[in-house]
Amino acid sequence: MAKFFVNGEQVDFRAAPDTPLLWALRDQLGLTGTKFGCGMAQCGACTVHLDGQPIRSCVTPVSAIEGKRVVTIEGLGHTTQAKVAHAVQAAWVDKDVVQCGYCQSGQVMSAVALLRENPKPTDADIDKAMAGNICRCGTYQRVREAIHAAAANLKKA
Amino acid sequence: MNLKSSSRRRFFKSSSALAGALVIGFVLPDGRGRFEARAQPQAKTPIPPNAFVRVGKDGSVTVLVKHLEFGQGVNTSLPMMVAEELDCDWSKVRGELAPAGPEYAHTGFGMQMTGGSSSVWNSYEQMRTAGAQARLMLMQAAASQWKVKVDQVKTSKGYVIGPGGRKLSYGQLVDAAAKLPVPDKVTLKKASDFTVIGKPTRRLDSMDKVTGKAQFGLDVKRPDLHTAVVAHAPVFGAKVRGFSADAVKAVPGVTHVIETSHGVAVVATNFWSAKKGRDALKVDWDLGPVASVSTEGLRAQYAQAAQTPPAEAKLARKSDQPDAMKGAARTLVAQYEVPFLAHAPMEPLNCTVEVRGDGAELWVGSQFQTVDQAAAAKVLGLQPSQVKLNTMLAGGGFGRRANPVSDYVVEACEIAKKAKVPVKTVWTREDDIRGGFYRPMYVHRVEAGLDGNGALTAWNHVIVGSSIVGGTPFEAMMVKEGIDPTSVEGVADTPYAIPNMQVRLVTTQPGVPVLWWRSVGHSHTAFVMETMIDELAAAAKKDPVAYRRELLAKNPKMLGVLELAASKSGWGSPLPAGRARGIAVHESFGSACAQVAEVSVVDNEIRVHRVVAAFDCGLVVNPMTVEAQVQSAIAYGLSAALYGQVTLKDGQVQQSNFHDYRVLRIPEMPRVEVYLVPGGEKPTGVGEPGTPPIAPAVANAVFALNGKRLRTLPLNVA
Repeated sequence: MAKFFVNGEQVDFRAAPDTPLLWALRDQLGLTGTKFGCGMAQCGACTVHLDGQPIRSCVTPVSAIEGKRVVTIEGLGHTTQAKVAHAVQAAWVDKDVVQCGYCQSGQVMSAVALLRENPKPTDADIDKAMAGNICRCGTYQRVREAIHAAAANLKKA
Repeated sequence: MNLKSSSRRRFFKSSSALAGALVIGFVLPDGRGRFEARAQPQAKTPIPPNAFVRVGKDGSVTVLVKHLEFGQGVNTSLPMMVAEELDCDWSKVRGELAPAGPEYAHTGFGMQMTGGSSSVWNSYEQMRTAGAQARLMLMQAAASQWKVKVDQVKTSKGYVIGPGGRKLSYGQLVDAAAKLPVPDKVTLKKASDFTVIGKPTRRLDSMDKVTGKAQFGLDVKRPDLHTAVVAHAPVFGAKVRGFSADAVKAVPGVTHVIETSHGVAVVATNFWSAKKGRDALKVDWDLGPVASVSTEGLRAQYAQAAQTPPAEAKLARKSDQPDAMKGAARTLVAQYEVPFLAHAPMEPLNCTVEVRGDGAELWVGSQFQTVDQAAAAKVLGLQPSQVKLNTMLAGGGFGRRANPVSDYVVEACEIAKKAKVPVKTVWTREDDIRGGFYRPMYVHRVEAGLDGNGALTAWNHVIVGSSIVGGTPFEAMMVKEGIDPTSVEGVADTPYAIPNMQVRLVTTQPGVPVLWWRSVGHSHTAFVMETMIDELAAAAKKDPVAYRRELLAKNPKMLGVLELAASKSGWGSPLPAGRARGIAVHESFGSACAQVAEVSVVDNEIRVHRVVAAFDCGLVVNPMTVEAQVQSAIAYGLSAALYGQVTLKDGQVQQSNFHDYRVLRIPEMPRVEVYLVPGGEKPTGVGEPGTPPIAPAVANAVFALNGKRLRTLPLNVA
């Protein structure tokens, strides 16, 4: 049994300890905002924050996160990162970034982590931080624009 | 496919009250589309209260969207059409995906489907009419209450306004309006009076998609829902000879092991158990004939057929003078090859099925609701009307969710039927990349005849590859005289004024399942046509834009985008050292798109820095969506142009996931500028026409940069 925290609540996970966090979130906890895209840390659709750092939940077994704190897209707006999260989500809506939307939970999680570390990223910073998040609709250009816009709005606030 | 929908206007028959809402109901016309005529007859049950527009007592407006929303924005653009005529408060409008139902059939194709870049144009009159009818009924209800004539009332943003400034909200009028008959005749606004259509409008579904609330097919939750993961054949067409499930049953959570028509499914209480169970399964396969197929072998076979077309080659375009080539001063011959391509949508394929005593319910992000519903019914031994198909948001599709043989839906139904529990069948990424239904591999051979001045005198073109619709229920209605139009579109009907053009098609059957992939035939024909035209421009010592201008002199639409792209890109102006531009222009799905790509080559890798796209898609409903779709189409096409290929060795697909089926990532995304040609009268296709020009534009830019002609996709400069 693994114990960890998801969006501030303690989870006692009783299924197989090799279960990837992604599937614990989706199947056992019903948190389907975190998406399955590749299962091998290639696409970033499953990005969550583990003790504040963006990780790929599809390759992270629950046995490896004992006692740690997980934040998913559902909990992002209720954490200490809420201000950054709301700025990112508002910029995403304003720039009309999403298309199919399937990868966007992961894009938002990565973008929030980036802006927390680097409040004024350049295009090159963005490309580096977001390179692990694939979008087959090709919303990349607007992802860049939205991150710049969120950064600018956070600076103003 | 025909674009005529005018005769379908008359069929708005009834309205009914549904949960305190005004519902505009529609039923299908008698003259069904071509598919409908072939499908099993629907059971004669009463038409359920399906509708396009629901006005709630709170003034909310829900538009039932008959198409799949998978990124292209129909969940916003179709509501915009309704809102234009309904004159409601846009902040109270939302889109809801309609389930499968005959009343939601495509007005041009006669079945419910999303494809061919047709969602907007086929809904354009239908949705506006629905909005206008609802508005008129609300006006009639108010007029009757005020005892005035209907022409004495008007509307404004969700209110009916009468003489003396009397005012009632749409919500207040819903009950009375719902009792009225649906008007036969409504007058639609002139385009010059539009206030919603044509205005840049943000998507209605963004907030749900950035907060994790949006529900995709994979997110469906049901009581006692199980998950199935399937061991598919390692070689297409292989059959299960036997299997050992001993190790599978030892995996906690596994509940069933079920043989299906094309594999063995492991069902469990959760995905991870099902996946571990599937990995522990030992299947003995009878591999069959495809085990000897390899890309290398197909390449040789296709090239041979292109050089010496066999007797069964079909004539897709007949030259006025078949001997014209003999009179040419010189000829230019080029051979092209494009690979199999997986669609690789972000959301892996999935389908949830619940079988009950009296019928079944499906949840699936389907592009082909009518086909999938019928296929599910057949597997489950039901009538289509007994199968409720809920259209879920799909995480991309690009054609993969529009399968005439409903592969993954049939599989999910087979599993749920045998498991006797609700089951969500989930494909892994490996299942998706290796599971077939690819854009077919093709080889083209072009021989162009030139006169002494380098002008074109003849064009002989051979296309070799497999048919997308051959062997499917669509074959009978689409294949004419042995020619699948999707194999030759973009060549046989080229808008270029090419003299004495002959096009032959050799249809192959390599045993690899194929399917339409964003822009279908144009995904390869534009590459061939536009790089060949570029080559001919160079042979004639003419500027690539000037050369195209001459051959397109009688085509204002193509010429318009060509000139626009050239001027906006600064065509001909100097670039920094190590960079070059290339241009391509192509017409597809009724729209014309020209693109100028600016590239460099670093460490044998092509970098695309900027793409300028000029696009003519007729009347623009939502400029924000159109711009996004062109950006998207370019990114999708660029993935394929630079990296995309599925190859086979000993019948096995050699790629499996994003590490070896590379796709475009953010560092590789060029700056894309989109310029729309204004002033169209009717909408034409949007989702796909931006894809075809990008590969040739990039290839032509590489030629401009280093003089190297690239005739194989993905482009390789090494």
